[in-house]
Amino acid sequence: MDADQIERARQAALEAAERLGADHAEVRIEHIRSQIVALRDANLETAADDTMVGMGVRVVHDGSIGFAATVAVDADAAAALADQAVAAARTTALAGGRRVELAPEPTHPGVEWVAPHRTDPITVPLADKVALLEAWSRRLLDAPGVDHVTAHVLAVSEEKHYADLAGTSATQHRVRVHPALSAVALTADGGFEEMRTVAPPVGRGWEYLEGEGWDWETELSELPALLAAKLAAPSVEGGRYDLVIDPTNLWLTIHESVGHATELDRALGYEAAYAGTSFATPDKLDTLEYGSVLMHVTGDRTAEFGLATVAIDDEGVESQSFDLVRDGILVGYQLDRATSGVAGRARSNGCAFADSPLHIPIQRMANVSLQPATGADTTTDDLIGGVERGLYVVGDKSWSIDMQRYNFQFTGQRFFRIVDGRLDGQVRDVAYQANTTDFWGSLRGLGGPSTYLLAGAFNCGKGQPGQVAAVSHGCPSALFEQVRVLNAREESGR
Amino acid sequence: MSGLPPAPDVIEAVLARADGDCVALVEESHEAEVRFANNTTTTNGVRLDRRVTVIAFSPVDGGLAAGIARRSGAVDVDDMVAAAVHDARTGSPAEDAKPLIPGGADRSFDLPPGDTDLDVLSGVLSGLAGAFARAEAAGRVLSGYAEHQVATTLLGTTTGLRLRHVQPTGALHLVGRSRDGTRSAWAGAGTPTFADVSVERLEEAVARGLGWAEHRVDLDAGRYEVVLPPEAVADLMVALAEAATGKQAEEGRTVFSAPGGRTRLGDTLSALPFHLWSDPAAAGLECAPFLATAASSSDVSVFDNGLPIDPVEWVEGGKLGRLRYHRADAARSHAAVTPPVDNLVLDLPGATATLDEMVAATERGLLLTCLWYIREVDPTTLLLTGLTRDGVYVVEEGKVVGAANNFRFNESPVDLLARATEVGAPVRALGREFGEWVNRTRMPPLRVPDFNMSSVSPAS
Repeated sequence: MDADQIERARQAALEAAERLGADHAEVRIEHIRSQIVALRDANLETAADDTMVGMGVRVVHDGSIGFAATVAVDADAAAALADQAVAAARTTALAGGRRVELAPEPTHPGVEWVAPHRTDPITVPLADKVALLEAWSRRLLDAPGVDHVTAHVLAVSEEKHYADLAGTSATQHRVRVHPALSAVALTADGGFEEMRTVAPPVGRGWEYLEGEGWDWETELSELPALLAAKLAAPSVEGGRYDLVIDPTNLWLTIHESVGHATELDRALGYEAAYAGTSFATPDKLDTLEYGSVLMHVTGDRTAEFGLATVAIDDEGVESQSFDLVRDGILVGYQLDRATSGVAGRARSNGCAFADSPLHIPIQRMANVSLQPATGADTTTDDLIGGVERGLYVVGDKSWSIDMQRYNFQFTGQRFFRIVDGRLDGQVRDVAYQANTTDFWGSLRGLGGPSTYLLAGAFNCGKGQPGQVAAVSHGCPSALFEQVRVLNAREESGR
Repeated sequence: MSGLPPAPDVIEAVLARADGDCVALVEESHEAEVRFANNTTTTNGVRLDRRVTVIAFSPVDGGLAAGIARRSGAVDVDDMVAAAVHDARTGSPAEDAKPLIPGGADRSFDLPPGDTDLDVLSGVLSGLAGAFARAEAAGRVLSGYAEHQVATTLLGTTTGLRLRHVQPTGALHLVGRSRDGTRSAWAGAGTPTFADVSVERLEEAVARGLGWAEHRVDLDAGRYEVVLPPEAVADLMVALAEAATGKQAEEGRTVFSAPGGRTRLGDTLSALPFHLWSDPAAAGLECAPFLATAASSSDVSVFDNGLPIDPVEWVEGGKLGRLRYHRADAARSHAAVTPPVDNLVLDLPGATATLDEMVAATERGLLLTCLWYIREVDPTTLLLTGLTRDGVYVVEEGKVVGAANNFRFNESPVDLLARATEVGAPVRALGREFGEWVNRTRMPPLRVPDFNMSSVSPAS
């Protein structure tokens, strides 16, 4: 798409929307390139390059929202979209209901922003990607005890052009990559164990796979021995344990039990039919004891290399940083303009996002992060050293949480037994289960800045039709007391 | 007017430019949806999506490679073909390589694509207006979603295939909550046209559930006799079918693996002679009768584009009948070529009981509404965790006497088939969790005497 084509389409959409009486209109024109390269046992399984170009127009017309989108990008199509969006607003207004009021936002004209990166991952030749994954796969396959290896890299380069009737316009370019390898070891009696790399997805360029931001050499060299130890490990004895949770696992617990629970649209019931609601309802703001006083959780769309980081969100709101939980108390929510309007908030904090030009923007998660301890730089070893009987949890795997974000169950890539302050080998078949406020109330120790890691996911799902967002979560290692641990084998009755 | 060139012309333009084997795929979808919450409509949308995929094949050192380019909208065909050819020529040999499927042209190939718009949902919108008013009067809060999609797939190959399939897909969800948030109920339905579903019908089911929940019964975690409604069975069977991949089973990584690189094909999974099957021609659940894929995976191959999809029995008379294999792996493993099918049916010959009849035959147990946030915990047993949602009803002496708290469960759908003690007649069912991806299922209610509720969830 050239700049003139984009500008003509933006103007055509907004002029048509204004002519049709829209109180608010915004147009997004997006060019998203994504690639997946996947290998199985060092052989190429798939390599696909997908380019999505499209345009979406959202209006607020006479108190109702309307949205229309197409993959045809030109001025005529843009004007037609505005017409369709206004028609959609009129049609759905027939069902009745309350008027939509978007919270006000200052205008931000002419914003241009590029996420920090050195090499756009999409520009790296496919053959180079395959070669790197093949070399990494062969290295793992050559190690004793590794029977199978899968490897993949997901790469995305996203250009988004935004404009609204109020005068905000922005051109933004984001990149992200997620490489992962998984090794499998089999036993003679039909059993197996699998272990995946714990390198997180990041808002970085291809340089991430070249070692900038992650020590691939160490992770790949250690993985086979860790897998072999897991295969030989005893099954865990269920019960209550102190858990020292590594950031490679804790990020997901934060995502599910804090990130989603502090989305205001959920708390107000706007996701009741799908993603669910939240126990952290607005009447509990500034009073709910979410966790121990050590708990300081922030939301931001500003963190360097953050997967949710932007300059302007998909409703034209400037990116911000804000507190969600401070000293263990619920103090804030993630907002978009529509839910801010419902709640009477003066301003959104910039958490609107649409995963495609064909989808309407909804409130999505900021980078939600647990802040490390201040003062002395407590290490993970320090936390482990204070535990008499516990488990050290590394890497995320399975996750599940209820529709109000109370009851959760997580597994991990590896669980090390802690005995008298020292690691004492791995155990298998572990799942930990808790209620959110009980779990965060049991937070007794935080690692310092040296343990902090920005992890996250490409695949956070929400909304109908379903949308997928990438989001980062930073956290230190942390100690939780007396968390319920299940033996997954016993849960299956075997 | 879409502003896009006719899809058959795009297919022919791609194939005319290919100087070797090539597949051209156009997937065009028209969608309309309305979402509502808190007794008001919220978001909505109409959209046109078109994805064009060009798959070029080229001999390379050691075999045959595939290059894939996939783009949206009014594509530059020359550029796409060049990109796909370049990736094929510089690519690695494909493990799934096979000669392309030969064939002829569908007579419908040149017809215009299917279409939809918000008019399809006009009955839903008018129904909602009344439902919102009734909900306000009754102290209920309604939320939900209605969507309709018509997806047209055109597939052409340099071996002569010209195939076309139009797939209508729709779903309607309705959640009712008491204004204080202590009670909730859900009803949902899949439909190709919206002619056979209505807000009012779902509203009745939701009102019944909320009424049952006016009496609250607190229960502890433990094993309970449960009656799983068809919607819950749908999610569990979709998870089971998803795990039925031949290659991964041979690699020792699934519940269907046997020692020594073998699979459990032919093993008895349940004493009851269940049939879990798929058929593109299943009445009311019709789906694509040929394979169309833009990417290869462990059980699907781009080389197999155009492969006819036959009826398949995943579980036949209680025995594991089939696992998914693409042609290349099927040949290597001496297994039957088995592509995925976009519908799923579970039945037990002779089972005729309705859900209400099974509830009436329950001395003491739990009637579930649906399952949610289902995730795999242990692939070797297909142990799944998840939660009950929007209604766990306590049944005593054949009658619902109240609603219990929600639970987290840990269960394997393979084990559930083995432990089921009663099965009803299958009906069309929309899984709450996986219905978003597998819309076309027909499932029976199941009675399980010892369902593992691992812990209590305070969610309501």
